[in-house]
Amino acid sequence: MSTKLNVLKHDMVPDHEIMSDEEVSELFTTYNITNEHLPKIFHDDPAVKMIGAEADNVIRIIRTSHTAGRAESYRLVVKRPKK
Amino acid sequence: MPSPKRIGQIEFGLLSPKEIREMSVRKIIWADTYDDDGFPYPQGLMDLNLGVIDPGLRCKTCDQKASECPGHFGHIELAKPVIHVGYTRLIRKLLRVTCRSCGRVLLSPEEIEKVVGTEDDQTGDLLSEKDVKKERICPHCGDQQLKINFEKPTTFSEVVIEEGKKVEHKLTPADIRSRMEKIPNEDLTPLGINPDVARPEWTILTVLPVPPVTMRPSIILENGQRSEDDLTHKLVDIIRINQRFKENQDAGAPQLIIEDLWELLQYHVTTYMDNEVAGCPPARHRSGRPLKTLSQRLKGKDGRFRGSLSGKRVNFSSRTVISPDPNLSVRQVGVPKAVANEMTIPVRVTIHNIEELKQIARNGPVRPDVNAPCGANYVIRPDARRLRLAEGNLDTVADMIEPGWTVERQLRDGDVVLFNRQPSLHRMSIMAHRVKVMEGKTFRLNPAVCPPYNADFDGDEMNMHVPQTEEARAEATILISVQENILSPRFGGPIIGGIHDHVSGIFMLTHDMRWFTKEEALYLLRYSRIERMPAPGKVENGIDYWSNKQVFSTILPVHLNMVFQASSCQNCETCKKELCERDAYVRIFDGILESGTIDKKAIGAFDGQIVNRIIRQEGMSRATDFIDDMTKLSIRAIMFDGFSFGIDDEDLSKTEYGQIDEVLKNAALDVDRRIKIYEDGQLEPMPGRTVEETLEMQIMQVLGKSRDQTGQIAGQHLGLGNSAVLMAVSGARGSMLNLTQMAGCIGQQSVRGERIVRGYDDRTLPHFKKGERGSDAHGFIQHSYKGGLNPTEFFFHAIGGREGLVDTAVRTSQSGYLQRRLINALQDLKVAYDGTVRTTGGRIIQFEYGEDGTDPTRSAFGDPVDVKGIVESILKEAV
Repeated sequence: MSTKLNVLKHDMVPDHEIMSDEEVSELFTTYNITNEHLPKIFHDDPAVKMIGAEADNVIRIIRTSHTAGRAESYRLVVKRPKK
Repeated sequence: MPSPKRIGQIEFGLLSPKEIREMSVRKIIWADTYDDDGFPYPQGLMDLNLGVIDPGLRCKTCDQKASECPGHFGHIELAKPVIHVGYTRLIRKLLRVTCRSCGRVLLSPEEIEKVVGTEDDQTGDLLSEKDVKKERICPHCGDQQLKINFEKPTTFSEVVIEEGKKVEHKLTPADIRSRMEKIPNEDLTPLGINPDVARPEWTILTVLPVPPVTMRPSIILENGQRSEDDLTHKLVDIIRINQRFKENQDAGAPQLIIEDLWELLQYHVTTYMDNEVAGCPPARHRSGRPLKTLSQRLKGKDGRFRGSLSGKRVNFSSRTVISPDPNLSVRQVGVPKAVANEMTIPVRVTIHNIEELKQIARNGPVRPDVNAPCGANYVIRPDARRLRLAEGNLDTVADMIEPGWTVERQLRDGDVVLFNRQPSLHRMSIMAHRVKVMEGKTFRLNPAVCPPYNADFDGDEMNMHVPQTEEARAEATILISVQENILSPRFGGPIIGGIHDHVSGIFMLTHDMRWFTKEEALYLLRYSRIERMPAPGKVENGIDYWSNKQVFSTILPVHLNMVFQASSCQNCETCKKELCERDAYVRIFDGILESGTIDKKAIGAFDGQIVNRIIRQEGMSRATDFIDDMTKLSIRAIMFDGFSFGIDDEDLSKTEYGQIDEVLKNAALDVDRRIKIYEDGQLEPMPGRTVEETLEMQIMQVLGKSRDQTGQIAGQHLGLGNSAVLMAVSGARGSMLNLTQMAGCIGQQSVRGERIVRGYDDRTLPHFKKGERGSDAHGFIQHSYKGGLNPTEFFFHAIGGREGLVDTAVRTSQSGYLQRRLINALQDLKVAYDGTVRTTGGRIIQFEYGEDGTDPTRSAFGDPVDVKGIVESILKEAV
């Protein structure tokens, strides 16, 4: 019994995807920001591990929203700091 | 102004004796402060080099005057080193993890690496006391270690075994200091200490900084005597003991005396830093009050952080008790004359207002009555000199006024002020009102604005602030006036609306059909702003009559169309609409109430369907007018019939009492029958429950049902003619359950959702048999509040009541703390122009405000568009 759990298939987990460099630079220009202004997510987050993202990647999270229908959010993957 | 700079890093370290001496401008050796002429002693605690507080003198260090000199540190050379209380924990740790002879950490490099990790891969952990075993042998020099005992506040000792007995050997601060000096720099890093900024021996003081006089100013009392600051008192003690210590040392006093003095010096330095250390009697003032020393200045609610930096006292504010005045608009606030005379607004004199302001100055500081025009308290000349207006100089000063001067005018009707009630939990806790100067000593407000402030009139106090600039007043009117805050961003509905008597009154007015003569109709509408009366609804015997619904309709906007169920609606399976016998089907057609009763659902705070629709359709201003009209109409309506509630309103007739007794008797029998079944072992347990649990549930169910039945019996007897029923049905106050408990039966008392079981062995009270399971032995109260409780019932009621009180107390403290943490986390976030939510540093929190970028006050209860409402008002019928 070692079927690996795919967290992304869980109902409550929103879609995560890695953004390409072009998409990231476009994101930075639309919001006029650098990567330090992005919200962060740890590299060992189960969903991040599942899509194979590494530190310094930017991931797109697509949620279904009660009010907006579909809401996109972006997060910068960072290494979890030691304690 | 220099541009804002980003903080790269912050370094925390200890002051070294060298640094203390370098920053010191003067060595302090005398415990005296001022000589007989009131002049500071040189090298005394008030030395002129440490800064000046007396006007007229100049600082000897920076040559500036009292107001400009920031003050400078001095220092005291201590006769012997003493421990800094703030670092006793660190000292204990260092003594326990390092060798007593060579000063190295008592661990091999491998053992250190195990905890801290290698240089490239650090675990983030630091060495702690637990990593070093007690009394081991030093791996570096092989010396046997001893156990270190620490006794609060500042005593350290080693445990030596002499002749098989344990003997405590005291360590002097000098001993400890020399041990600290031996610890090599390399060994400090794994302990979490950066040796460049904090050598461990610096935790033992050899020289004490003396803070500048500017942070411990002496105050001159009325009798001309000087009273020194607590810190100065403490420094005096330290210097005195230090002096005596030195003298004894030089004279070669016996060891015992030296030790005593050393301990005394340690005590004074300890209490100088912190006067609330455990195990140390606090140093006291001559009056017996504990001294407020360094740590007490920073700590706690009134300390530097919470008292002086996060929150401060403000000018142009006032506070008094509040009381209601239904004749005011919700936009207004009644301000007592005494407050209005004291609080001012500065007005700059121009060629356009000079005559008006001269007249105001002539009126002077005393306003004879509330209707008199406002006066002024001060005028300010262009050179910023203030002239106080008083009885004698009014005309002379008024004649001097020219453009460019400023007149500090008193408050008058119509001025914008901010009104606030603590706790300020949401933005509606501070709203801008218009001043109405009134007699009396309380702030007056319309009861309809109580819900946003969560105010009542049982002695509540509120604060008022007067904005001083044109910009502040503009912001106040546009952003935070009452009118702009009718809708709460919490749920997007109106939070201002009718309460209590407003709801009862409007219910009594609009329920069913009634006819009023012209005189009566105008009596009701006297205080509402109506333009014309509609045509009379019927004419009988040549007399014009207006219906109650017509009277209410006069205050509605003309284009209002809506349909909804009143709060008295029972949600029948098939709605009889206009024919509803409760008159709960509200239908408004082109601004005319066709059917239905107006109650909490229509105009109440938090519900207010009509208020909500008027806001969407006609705007905030019309809605505020409607609230004003509605509150006034409803107060007139409730006065028209009169409304009261008394003890005999809870009376039932003999038949009802008989029925209630019957119901309760049957319930008790039913309970006994079920207990019998259980005791015979015949009870079938419910799935997932034990037999006992099943029985308990059944009993609770039976008793709950019987209480509801008594309520129904009481309800049948008491109709809408009963005030309590009317209030419950209209939603003004109370519920049918409250009425049941007053007239019928109070019902089961519970603790944690179960019948009361605690008390004595196998029984709740000695009045019952052991193991009794019947209804009255476990907290069922079969009497009503009116009828009165018997002693056991009364006791059970107190048990149940106590649980309620504890619950509320716990809930408020917990939710308050939760709220505080939330507010602290969110306080500086704002919605940027691109719709993102950002911190002040530009970091993004949300990419679109609330994921949909919608202001909750502009959405319809969560939906972006109120489709139903729009269709309703166009089709003019229910959808």
